[in-house]
Formats: sequence, C-alpha cells, structure tokens
Amino acid sequence: MASDIIPLEVSGLTKQFGSFTAVDNVSFTVQPGEVIGYLGPNGSGKTTTIRMLCGLLTPTYGTAKIMGIDVVKNPEGIKPHIGYMSQKFSLYDDLTVQENLEFYAGVYGIPEKEEKDRIQAVIKMAGLDGRQNQFTSQLSGGWRQRLALGSAMLHRPPLLFLDEPTSGVDPVARREFWDLIYQFAAQGTTVFITTHYMDEAEHCNRVGFMYRSKLMAFDSPRALKDTYLHGAAWDLAATPLLEAVERLSEMEGIAQASLHGDRAHVIIDTTVWTPDQLTRALAEKGVAVTATETVDSTLEDVFILLAHRGKDSLAQA
Amino acid sequence: MSSDILLEAENLVKTFGTVRAVDGLNLQVRAGEMVGLVGPDGAGKTTAIRLLCGLLQADSGRINLGGYEIPAQVEKAREELGYLAQRFSLYGDLTVKENLDFFGEVFDVPDAERKQRSEELLRFAGLEEFANRPASALSGGMQKKLGLASALVHHPKVLLLDEPTGAVDPIARQEFWHLLIRLLRDGSAVLVSTPYMDEAMRFNRVIFMNHGKALIQGAPRELMGRLTGKILELATTHQMAAREIAAQDPDVEDVHTFGEHLHLRIRSLEGPMQRIPQRLADAGITMAHLIPVSPTLEDVFIQLLEMESDSNGV
Repeated sequence: MASDIIPLEVSGLTKQFGSFTAVDNVSFTVQPGEVIGYLGPNGSGKTTTIRMLCGLLTPTYGTAKIMGIDVVKNPEGIKPHIGYMSQKFSLYDDLTVQENLEFYAGVYGIPEKEEKDRIQAVIKMAGLDGRQNQFTSQLSGGWRQRLALGSAMLHRPPLLFLDEPTSGVDPVARREFWDLIYQFAAQGTTVFITTHYMDEAEHCNRVGFMYRSKLMAFDSPRALKDTYLHGAAWDLAATPLLEAVERLSEMEGIAQASLHGDRAHVIIDTTVWTPDQLTRALAEKGVAVTATETVDSTLEDVFILLAHRGKDSLAQA
Repeated sequence: MSSDILLEAENLVKTFGTVRAVDGLNLQVRAGEMVGLVGPDGAGKTTAIRLLCGLLQADSGRINLGGYEIPAQVEKAREELGYLAQRFSLYGDLTVKENLDFFGEVFDVPDAERKQRSEELLRFAGLEEFANRPASALSGGMQKKLGLASALVHHPKVLLLDEPTGAVDPIARQEFWHLLIRLLRDGSAVLVSTPYMDEAMRFNRVIFMNHGKALIQGAPRELMGRLTGKILELATTHQMAAREIAAQDPDVEDVHTFGEHLHLRIRSLEGPMQRIPQRLADAGITMAHLIPVSPTLEDVFIQLLEMESDSNGV
C-alpha cells in the first residue's frame, strides 16, 4: 500500500452556504502513513470539510486532491482510494458480522473471487474470529467499532476518514482501536480522524484545529505546545482553592484557569508573571499559594488558548 | 450524617432483570465538593444518578440527600436537589428568559422572586445577551448552560449532572466547568457523571465505575500515585518490532501505541530498564529513549479494569 503519491492535498478550500462561510480558505498537505487529528468545536466546519474531501459536497472555491485525483473534477475517481467510517457506524443490526462484510464488499465492488479472502483478512484484523455468525446488534460498542472499521477497509483504501470513531466505547476498546490505527499507519495507510477527545489528539502525528470555519493551526502536538504555550502550564496548590481559580481567571496574563483535582491549573504568560510575583499578587487577594509547579501542557490547553485568540481577533475584525 | 455531607448513598443496588445495573455503590459528597462518576457507557452512571434523585427506586440501600431520606422524604429532598438529565428538556419555542421563568413556576419560586432569580441566572450563565432568543436557536454549549441555569431556579444545595459535557466542544466545556466552580464556592455539593477520562482530573474526588460497581474512589493525584514510576515511554526506529519485544518482557503488563511512542505498564522498574534496551540492540533496533513518564488517570482505570476481569476469570 505504501507509495510516494501525496494522499491528500488541500488548497484554498472554501464552502459557502448563502452568506455563511462554513469552511474558509483551508489548505494543508498530508504525507503517506500520517495520522492526522482534525479538531474543533461543533459547527466549526470539520464535517463540511470531510464531506468535501470525500466528494459528497462541491467546494465553492479551492481544490482538493486525493492520491493526485481532483475531488471536484472526478468525484467518482477518488472512491476506490478512500474509506469512510461515520460516527454512527453504518452497520445493519439485523445482519450478522459476515453478512455485513459481504454487503460492504458488494458496495465497494470487490471482485467475487477476492471477496472471501478480503473478508477473512478483515475478520482477523478486527479480532472478530468466531463471531462471524453473531448479529451485529449483539456486539458491544468496541466490537461494533472494529467491524465498522473493517468494513471501511475492505477495499484496502490508502486513505481513511474516521468521523468521531471512538464516541461511547470503553477506554480499553479505545486503546485497542488506536493500536489498530497505528498498525495501518505503519503499513502506509494515511488516517484522517476527527475527535472530541483531546487525549486522543495527543497521539496523532499532526493535528489541525478548526475554529469558526478557519484552520487556526496544523502541526505536531509537540510543536503546537512549543509554539503557543512555551511550557507555561502551572499547577498551584492554594487555599482557598476555588477562590484561587476564580481570582486567577480574572487576572491579566492568564489565558486560562481551571480546577485540576486539588490544584489550580493555569496557562500563564511567563513574561508577565514569575511564581513569586503570582504568589504575592494572590496573597493580596486573600489566597495563599503553597506550591507552584510547572506541568506538561495538554492539547486542550493549546486549543482553549487558540479559541480565545480566535474569538478576540474576530471581535476586532 | 456529619454536617457538611449533603449527599450520601450506602450500598445501593438496582437490578433490571438479570443485569445488576448498580451493584453496591457507596458515595458521599460534601458541601463545596465536586465528585465525578467516571466510566464507559453502560457502567451504571445514569442509573446511579436516577436512584439518587428518586426517579428510580433502588432494590436495596440507603440514600440521604440534604438531610432527607430517599424515597421516604423524596418531596422534601427535591427542594434541595438540582438535576440535569443527559437529555433534558428546554422549550425550544420559548425564549431563554421564558424558559427560566417557566422552570421558576414549576419549582414554586414565589412570583415576587421569580423575575429577579431569572435575571441572576441569566447573568450567572452568561446568557444575558441571548435572553430573548428562542432556546432552539442556541448552540449546544449554550443549551447546556441554560439547562444548568434551569436546574438552579430554586437554589438547590445538591446538584446531580448526568454527562453535562457530552457532545459539547472543549471551549464550551471549559465555560461550563467555570460555572460549576462558582456553585462550589457558594457551598453546593456537585456530582457529575462523565465518560471522558480526561475530565477526571477536574474533580475533587473521582469514582471509577464499571459494571455497576465503584472500582475505586479517591482524589485524582492519590489515584495516579498508584502507577507512579510504572509507565515507561519507549521511542525506537521500528515501532512494530519494538512492541513485540517489549510485550515479551516478564515485567511488562501492557503495551500500547501512543503516536510515535510506545507506553509500557510495568511491574517493576529495574528489570525492563535493563533488559529492553539490550533486546532491542540484539534485534538491531535503535532506541531513542526509554523513560518513566507520568501516569494518566486512564492508565489507572485500565489497570483496574484488567484486574477486575482477571479476578472474574474472564
């Protein structure tokens, strides 16, 4: 499956619905075997983007190429190259595991003489051996998820689109699912995945963040943290703790203050504050800080910061 | 019941047919405390919350809410209780303000106070500028905030929130948490259920639930302490091959792919730190690093799930 063809190349992609711009001038390029996390609040344009990339919606402006094929000019031509798994796993509950796979083999036009082998391979990959004759309705969330993934992989596409695939599955199934994703990626499959789980985004090679129709950032998790946070995530031990969070969230140079267990977690501008200065400033407000610790920042920290900036810049515009 | 405990449940059991949806649950929530019921779909979180607000009757066990026994004194208890269901109802064709007025009436807020209370809650939820917008025209995050405000019209001391952050994006989630912190400052007791492992850090105490049972309860830091020094990060040139080698080590309990790295859960530090670099070198694989990293609460939860399934002989 590995090849040097660029699996996904997006340039100036824009979609307008009447006067509303749902996707605004989005550009990025994805390399073979990359796992891309695509994030953003509800309504920020993620799903519209995926629909355009799959040839289901025509862009107003811009282009997208999948395996070098123009999505707008040749929407049929891209279909053999992409697999798509939706949030709701389109499986037929009244069919068995085997029958679901046979159905999708038909949909994807897999030649009859190859069908048996392909289905067998998917069953093995998804760990569904021995469950071929179970009705889909009887499978737990984790198994259903892997069957849906297998169905999307039957025609061995080099590029997979997964739309919130892990909603509602338990943590063990979620980790096993990611293990599978990384096996595919190691074999050269490119994976484009939307998720609301910030901790999943941490595992992606690169992460794109959409906010109000724009792609605000597209980079590796490490680079995003270095660029936007400069290691400025602190946990404070303080009393009274809730008072501390509330006070901190009102202070200048603090992008975000939240409760993290028994600590106050802040994203802080280190050119404005040192730990000592912050401790003194809080003491004046009646809050005693007993410890300040620099902690690993998370992608959630980055995104909340980016969204705040996005809001501000849109307000000024 | 000690004075600052506002919600207490002892040995709650609820079965549906042969399924023990809630199986011997104990919990306490104090004034000013936010406790998280964390677990996957089907763990029993929603059933537990419905038992606690008296919507469902337990097979056995005891519940005390704000000093009142449930179900015996459920009417009195409800005066102290704010409940936000997973799928709560707002009236889409009523405006934001009209919704609040309506819930004020339902909860018998006296006429003289109702208007003032609605205005307070609009300010609290940051919905003042949307007061005259139909509820149906609000974003998902704003609807959650209005849902929370509606549950507060009668000044309840105990809040039960069933997956309030589901299907809400991280920014709206952050705003929602902020509202809860303000309620805690005023001395409310808050119980929140969530399937999101990364939210577990936000609670004063976490109860991990699976199959109707509490697997463990504790402060986030205390729980993470169980695995301090037990998670190693391994970076190599050949991830798939390295994975096989790591999984064969006798002191490695679990291996998972975390992006460009592997995470190993280990029984003890010395053995794997010596053996794994050696075995990788023997196999001709270049190792970039093998270092202990901070455990996450999800690591802790997964370890507990595995212990549970081992002890059940599954």
